[in-house]
Amino acid sequence: MSVKLLLGDEAFAQGVLDAGVSGCYAYPGTPSTEIMEYFQASQEAALRNVHRSWSCNEKVAMEEALGMSFAGKRAVVCMKHVGLNVAADGFVNAAITGTNGGLLVAAADDPSMHSSQNEQDSRFYAQFAMIPCLEPASQQEAYDMAAYAFELSEKQEIPVLLRFTTRLSHSRANVQLREKKPENTLRLPENARRFVLLPAIARQNYSKLCDKQAVFAASSENSPWNLYYEGTDKSLGIVCTGLAFNYVQEAFAGKCPYPILKISQYPLPKEKLKKLIQDCKQIMVVEEGMPFVEQQLRGPLGNSRILGRLSGVLPRIGELNPRIIREAFKLTLPETPAAAELLRNRPPRLCDGCPHSNTYDALNEACKDFPGSKVFGDIGCYTLGALPPYNAISTCVDMGASISMAKGAADAGLQAAIAVIGDSTFTHSGMTGLLDAVWENSPITILIVDNDTTGMTGGQDSLGSGRLDDICKGIGVAPEHLRVIIPLPKNLAGNVEVLKEEIAYRGLSVVIARRECIQTLRKKK
Amino acid sequence: MKSDIVLAGVGGQGILTIAAIIGQAAVSQGIQVKQSEVHGMAQRGGSVVAHLRLSSAPVKSDLIELGTAHVVLGMEPMEALRQLPYLSAKGVLLANTTPIRNIGDYPELELILGELRKFPRTAVMDADEMAKTAGSPRAANMVLLGAISNFLELPAGLLTDAIRKMFARKGEEIVQANLKAFDAGRTLTANL
Repeated sequence: MSVKLLLGDEAFAQGVLDAGVSGCYAYPGTPSTEIMEYFQASQEAALRNVHRSWSCNEKVAMEEALGMSFAGKRAVVCMKHVGLNVAADGFVNAAITGTNGGLLVAAADDPSMHSSQNEQDSRFYAQFAMIPCLEPASQQEAYDMAAYAFELSEKQEIPVLLRFTTRLSHSRANVQLREKKPENTLRLPENARRFVLLPAIARQNYSKLCDKQAVFAASSENSPWNLYYEGTDKSLGIVCTGLAFNYVQEAFAGKCPYPILKISQYPLPKEKLKKLIQDCKQIMVVEEGMPFVEQQLRGPLGNSRILGRLSGVLPRIGELNPRIIREAFKLTLPETPAAAELLRNRPPRLCDGCPHSNTYDALNEACKDFPGSKVFGDIGCYTLGALPPYNAISTCVDMGASISMAKGAADAGLQAAIAVIGDSTFTHSGMTGLLDAVWENSPITILIVDNDTTGMTGGQDSLGSGRLDDICKGIGVAPEHLRVIIPLPKNLAGNVEVLKEEIAYRGLSVVIARRECIQTLRKKK
Repeated sequence: MKSDIVLAGVGGQGILTIAAIIGQAAVSQGIQVKQSEVHGMAQRGGSVVAHLRLSSAPVKSDLIELGTAHVVLGMEPMEALRQLPYLSAKGVLLANTTPIRNIGDYPELELILGELRKFPRTAVMDADEMAKTAGSPRAANMVLLGAISNFLELPAGLLTDAIRKMFARKGEEIVQANLKAFDAGRTLTANL
């Protein structure tokens, strides 16, 4: 079996492929994107015709994967942490229906918010949905856990959540590949009625799910991923979850005097935890992300024996790193050259030649005629329009919020309310907001910045490609207030005029600013 | 064998290419690798950094501890300076002198280079100019790859093979230009 140098995301994708998956479903989102991209680049996935096209959003992806599971085959659905908010309805209810073919949900969290609007921790979602959760500590575990998770899923007829974090998703390491398993054949569930969540059936299912909790707990207790390492100094015991285990090992150079409980499968392994807590005076909880385990151990009254992010020994927010761990354990710190005062921040910016920059130039110019106007932004490269030199947008909250927030503000009497949304974000979650605005003929202007790709995550397919005008018309936008502009410097004056006309119109209008992303254009050359 | 390398640059400068070539070469030698990268928003012209760790024993942390890196390699002078706190006292600093001034308040270049030169084991080079001379203005990252090759316990032939493979589809001329760029960097740091 060969060794490959793989990102955490890729290792998981290869593991899933080798475990006989039949379909991967996803919407791009940092740091999860590379899972699907690995499938799309894989010759083997192509030969087997494993499903590997992007879905229009995470909820759709989740339901498609559940459908494949219903049909008896193994499926995986991948998203970034906030994508799980979008998929939550299907996700939580898939735990109630249960699964048929194995179903894995991979959610990649982004502590420190490198490319995200919050640092929510997906382990809470697994607990909420009452399903098992696996949190790989290494790329090899990400690979090995795929087959393990499918077996757990099929044995317990339950979706399994795999929680990734940025530093694992986007770090490469040697990964040893193992034996391949064949795909499942089409096999419908023996009791298909359990997929009908009418209250009478749902109540039965929910009761069964509650009964399964003891089985999940036993699985965690005996899990090969939850390991107890003895130590000689019992003044302190350490709980490490996922990736945090690596930092602790590194800090102590493999010679940690304290007992360590490494946790990579949830629900929490109660007996192992009990042993650590009974054996040791104090407990340090080291976890990447929110204080999920620490909070449970501290309890509502705050047990002072439990140290970690909540006690203040570790920072409350942000990702871990080797220095933070050394400081928490009061280990000697290597001397470091001081950071130079000369340094200036270098935030990301729109690329030279980016169509969005021309669009923002036109929008800023047009808005000068509408002093009370506000521009509601959305998620994508164009969010960078919030920064100088554009300072063009006032909000960025979640996928699709530009349109719905502009409508709400217009409902409140704001004049003029303008939404800026990318083509991929529009088909992800903007179309439903547009229908609301059409229904009420809200006096808002929606500027769809159509660069024909999902740009921020690296240029994935945009499912509305070539049919945005038809989608808008089909939803009910009046053809005379559906305008298309080409954002180029030479068109500035004309584009400003079009925008002014539509912003002045006291009804719903859509302006599509259409020019291909400069990055995808370059790649084609 | 243990080598911790911090690679710094601006999104789009090709530090991930350098990391990938070294990483692949190491794996082919049975060396353990961890290579932490930046994907996503910062790649749009912001500061980017990659941590590359090579070792004959399994590597634990994906990130390098401050003050312990054997090499800090900067594709851009201010970005090299930004990552200096990672360098160990005996470490090697390799930096390109060509600035990317995509921010309004870029400091005076000579001041930055002065800070970089304060370090005992430093090689600063105009990698962009050296790449041009070699025949490919886009090969500045290959100059830096050549510069770092003297500090890796890897046969240089593995790296040049990787360069050949990577640029093969672009034609022999581009391959040769990239190999020349590599050699120029390698020669420059041979006695550092």
